[in-house]
Amino acid sequence: MNLINIKNLKKDYITGDVVTPVLDNINFKVDQGEFVAIMGPSGSGKSTLMHILSFLDRATSGAYEFKGQDITGFNDNYLAELRNKEIGFVFQSFNLLPRTTVLDNVKLPLIYSQKKNQDALAKKSLESVGLSHRLNYYTNQISGGEKQRVAIARALVCDPAVIFADEPTGNLDSKSGNTVMFLLQQLNDQGRTIILVTHETDTANHAKRIIHIKDGNILSDEKVRVRTIATPDKSLIK
Amino acid sequence: MNPLLIIKLVIKNLLARKGRTLLTILGITIGVAGVIIVISLGAGAQSLILGQVTKLGSNLLYVQPGKTADSGAPIPGLVITSLVESDAVALRDRSQVPDATGVNASVKGSASVVWENKSIDATFMGTDEEYSKVTNFTMQAGQFFSAAENTGGANVVVLGSEISQQLFGDSGTNPLGQVIKVKSSVQSQAGGVPLRVIGVIAPRGSAFTQNQDELIFMPLVIGQEQILGIHYLNTISIKVDDAANVSSTIAAVNTVLKQQHHILDEVNVDFTIHNQADAVKILSTITNALSLFLVAMAAISLIVGGIGILNIMMVTVAERTREIGLRKAVGATKKAVRNQFLLEAILLTSLGGLVGIIIGILISYLISLLMKYLGYDWAFVVSVLSIILSVGVSVLTGVIFGLFPAIKAAKLDPVEALRYE
Repeated sequence: MNLINIKNLKKDYITGDVVTPVLDNINFKVDQGEFVAIMGPSGSGKSTLMHILSFLDRATSGAYEFKGQDITGFNDNYLAELRNKEIGFVFQSFNLLPRTTVLDNVKLPLIYSQKKNQDALAKKSLESVGLSHRLNYYTNQISGGEKQRVAIARALVCDPAVIFADEPTGNLDSKSGNTVMFLLQQLNDQGRTIILVTHETDTANHAKRIIHIKDGNILSDEKVRVRTIATPDKSLIK
Repeated sequence: MNPLLIIKLVIKNLLARKGRTLLTILGITIGVAGVIIVISLGAGAQSLILGQVTKLGSNLLYVQPGKTADSGAPIPGLVITSLVESDAVALRDRSQVPDATGVNASVKGSASVVWENKSIDATFMGTDEEYSKVTNFTMQAGQFFSAAENTGGANVVVLGSEISQQLFGDSGTNPLGQVIKVKSSVQSQAGGVPLRVIGVIAPRGSAFTQNQDELIFMPLVIGQEQILGIHYLNTISIKVDDAANVSSTIAAVNTVLKQQHHILDEVNVDFTIHNQADAVKILSTITNALSLFLVAMAAISLIVGGIGILNIMMVTVAERTREIGLRKAVGATKKAVRNQFLLEAILLTSLGGLVGIIIGILISYLISLLMKYLGYDWAFVVSVLSIILSVGVSVLTGVIFGLFPAIKAAKLDPVEALRYE
């Protein structure tokens, strides 16, 4: 079954009388377990597409089926619940809460859920990104690479269907970036659907499939022929 | 979202900015402290007034010469001589005024009191033996003068405890039996009127600005004729047996005095009857009005404090836009975000209120200590109602002034919020 199925998706930004088309006639499907990179230059509409796919924004017209359900008519509260249950986010700028411990940051999505044993879930999630030794560190006491791994742990903690990674290596050095890509590939190998948004071909090549977007249209949608496999950071080898 | 978790989160956010939190709550703190202090002072003043009344004795009527001018105060310097001792005698007639248990005629003036080489300025009362029936006091030494001493115009005097202390305290002389001289500017007798001390009244404190312990008392005729050189009275005080009979007694006194003064027409009435209960009522009204005014001032402070909260919450929401975006991205509903910021505002104002209550109680207590030190019967009262009111108002201020920023936070578009720099 398709996880994501969008048909004739269109998005316009309306400022007063001026209508700016951002996305036009977008069609594609994503299956469970895929690793898709959405690529395009800045201003191409790739971020807007990601926001619509992750229920942060709504399309102007077109259909969006998630797990076979048309979500276009759902209200804000239901979309918030969907984001909590089904979506994990990894942002370029990490978006961790300042003056807050690593553990509490990872617990953040859980406090908006009904899940029990929140501490245990958060610790397990942090263990899977190799940060068990940083639980009680504050977010300003850890490195950039570690911050992004905390963000991945946070994205995973509610066991979502899909993880959206928006330029996850954009603020990192190559070694840390490599670790992040390794973790994402590892998650994908375990069956998690990953949607990566990037403008860098090197990063996109870690995915299995690349959708190119330009000026609001899909330019190409093809499998990655020579996939880059990220090498694990030594600290992650157990 | 678990409310306990929200509270934990909010406290953490407030602690992260201690200085700002402190400044923010200051307005609320001052407002609430103001309310507590004003209500406490009001209660203290009330107790003071009631204390004064019991000191003077309750159910008292005062008759004074001259008609109460509706058009304003009497002409300064005008001396009204209409009230005389025979009026007091007539009022003692139980068939005419059945519920009066004491009728006391008096004059009052100031004079120098001299003993050996000491001279003290004092207020004296020329009064009769019924003074003890209209006023509450006990003797510290000796006794008050008798009816015979009064009518006979005996050269005797009874001293207030402070006057006695001032005259005889240093030398340790027993005041009883000593002869003092009382001099006033109008008397004819050179060197003053010599009076023998026959009693000292135990300390009573102040009543309505007059320190009762600085008074001296002598037979009416001595005060009138030898010291003041007059034949009329300043006041007739009438003690009524029961509060229920006060108004009937006023009517009876009115009838007797009109007969005495041969007055047929209401316009010519030349005396005024004051009711002590009325005076208390007026004083209470004044204190209440003053309290209300001060509470209004405190309320303005609360509003200003509330605007401070509004301002800081707007800043907080703007500062934490990305955090709000993130929370929404990971599943926070509008309601959850709104509640978080609303609770933060309420916690801020409640904290301010709590500090205000503590400061208010402390200051009220210090004021009561000061008043007691100054010799007033001041009760330290903090009503539960004022505390409940303060807590309620603090929470309400948080709700009112926190709601707008909280709704603003809740309405933020998550995409915009996440991009916010």
